[in-house]
Amino acid sequence: MFSPDNIFTTTIDKAVRWSRTQSMWPVTFGLACCAIEMMAAGSAKYDLARYGMEVFRASPRQADLMIVAGRVSQKMAPVLRQVYDQMAEPKWVIAMGACSSTGGMFNNYALVQGVDHIVPVDIYVPGCPPGPQSLMHGILTLHDKIMEGEINR
Amino acid sequence: MVDEKNIKEDLDFWATNSEESGWNISSTDEGSQKMLEEEDEKQIKIQTGSDVVDDYVYNEETTEDERMIVNMGPQHPSTHGVLRLQVELEGEVVRRVKPVIGYLHTGMEKTGEELAYFQGPTNTTRMDYLSPLFNELVFSLTTEKLLNIEVPERAKAIRILMTELNRVSSHLVALATGGMDIGALSMMIFGFRERELILNFFEKTTGLRMNHNYIRPGGVAADLPDNWQKDVKEILKVIPEKLNDYDEMLLDNPIWQGRLKNVGILTTEECLAYGITGPSLRASGFSWDLRKTQPYSGIENYEFDVPLLTDSDVFSRWRIKVLEIIESLKIVEQVMNTIPKGPYRIQDKKVTPPPRKRLDESMEALIHHFKIYTEGFKVPPGEAYVAVESPRGELGCYIVSDGSSKPYRMHIRGPSFCNLQALPVIMADSPIADAVAAIASLDPVIGDVDR
Repeated sequence: MFSPDNIFTTTIDKAVRWSRTQSMWPVTFGLACCAIEMMAAGSAKYDLARYGMEVFRASPRQADLMIVAGRVSQKMAPVLRQVYDQMAEPKWVIAMGACSSTGGMFNNYALVQGVDHIVPVDIYVPGCPPGPQSLMHGILTLHDKIMEGEINR
Repeated sequence: MVDEKNIKEDLDFWATNSEESGWNISSTDEGSQKMLEEEDEKQIKIQTGSDVVDDYVYNEETTEDERMIVNMGPQHPSTHGVLRLQVELEGEVVRRVKPVIGYLHTGMEKTGEELAYFQGPTNTTRMDYLSPLFNELVFSLTTEKLLNIEVPERAKAIRILMTELNRVSSHLVALATGGMDIGALSMMIFGFRERELILNFFEKTTGLRMNHNYIRPGGVAADLPDNWQKDVKEILKVIPEKLNDYDEMLLDNPIWQGRLKNVGILTTEECLAYGITGPSLRASGFSWDLRKTQPYSGIENYEFDVPLLTDSDVFSRWRIKVLEIIESLKIVEQVMNTIPKGPYRIQDKKVTPPPRKRLDESMEALIHHFKIYTEGFKVPPGEAYVAVESPRGELGCYIVSDGSSKPYRMHIRGPSFCNLQALPVIMADSPIADAVAAIASLDPVIGDVDR
């Protein structure tokens, strides 16, 4: 079993980064329109399972990635922060869509003008709503970022 | 008893731990664990004037200690968005439910007052995000009623075609998420798979998969693409086949029937007292469909039936959505065969912007284009209410105009908001396991509830 042919070497750094990217479980944080596109990305045609992230965890304790899909109202903001704080380190945030990135077209009393007022955001996905392809591009960009960026978070 | 001071401290904690501590959250009741007093609830029931005798029974013998209030949501996978329910449990039985809404309040009605009429559909389309075209349609119909204009026949036919396809896609999502909540995960995969077919057609026609801004006051934004019949024929061929698959999988499935039959009863009287419309009302044996009773956009020219079931339970509310998809496809087929030729938007220079080509040739066209896109067209003073049958029920739009190019007040009567009132009635005195089935059967879209 353990013949010398089967051994390969790598740095711990690379191994850690690789394992972080390959099973990144998102927490279900569907808020509005973008949540439907997020579900579409997870279902048959676009099949997020290809990247090892088809399990949308209902519990933030088991999740690494928060996809903020939709508009964040002032009333929802403390809840969002609480869910973020409950997630285990290391954790990442994707702001999906115009509303969660900047407030989008709703510049009014009710909405938080960008979810980066509340939590640190790694990737902004543009679109209203972004299609599943855009979301996947955002996720793959995040994977690249993890492979190349700081390992200590 | 809830300690107000502790809640305040909790809120301050979250506020100070966020990066920007300036925003004011102390005015919300986030974290409050208080249900209404028993007396208060009785009082409210009398005030609604309903003579409904629901199956709510309060057992006087249980003490306060045996009751437990559990929060469900706002971050919960099966509350269809960010609905929060305060559920009062006695063992495994739900005694009382208090829905807490407002977690997706976007201030759209206020934003609607700042946008001109031609920009209005951009705003309304994001309300009920599973049936965006209906929101655009109802806003456009109301504006047209105020303007007193009639759109061309082809525009009417395109509107019916697109909205009925939208009804199919919306019901497919309702079936998919409803199945997922109860544990039929295959249904989730199947429903979204078939929805993609329709969304591809929408993307081809309107440029977007959701939030189209396609139906506008005066017509539609663009004509149907070349060879659109081919795509529609594909939809008409594939979806009935897949519906047969769903039936094969679920209709006679003993687990599915056991979970849904005789669960979450909502009688006709209760529906009428609480203002429930749409599939939930029709599943309780009351034939009321605005497409028949108050026809809009020329839908009276097409032949279709209104499905009616009488069991009033979750199963019939699921089943009626399948039947309605079949009826909608019938309408789509008729539109495809009888669609008239002609302009797809009204030839009124004051309402419709001129085509791009004319701007280089005509001074007047340039002026009209400039006026429409800077100021917008003016609408005579008055008020109007128009309702359409959205996939969830009566979707109404009420606009008050003061004669300017922006609505003085815009109000949307959202079907999900009214239907959500039935949740405490449905869930009272049922096991906690049936709660998700009850929520899924009402098919609320929180974007439509909160706006």
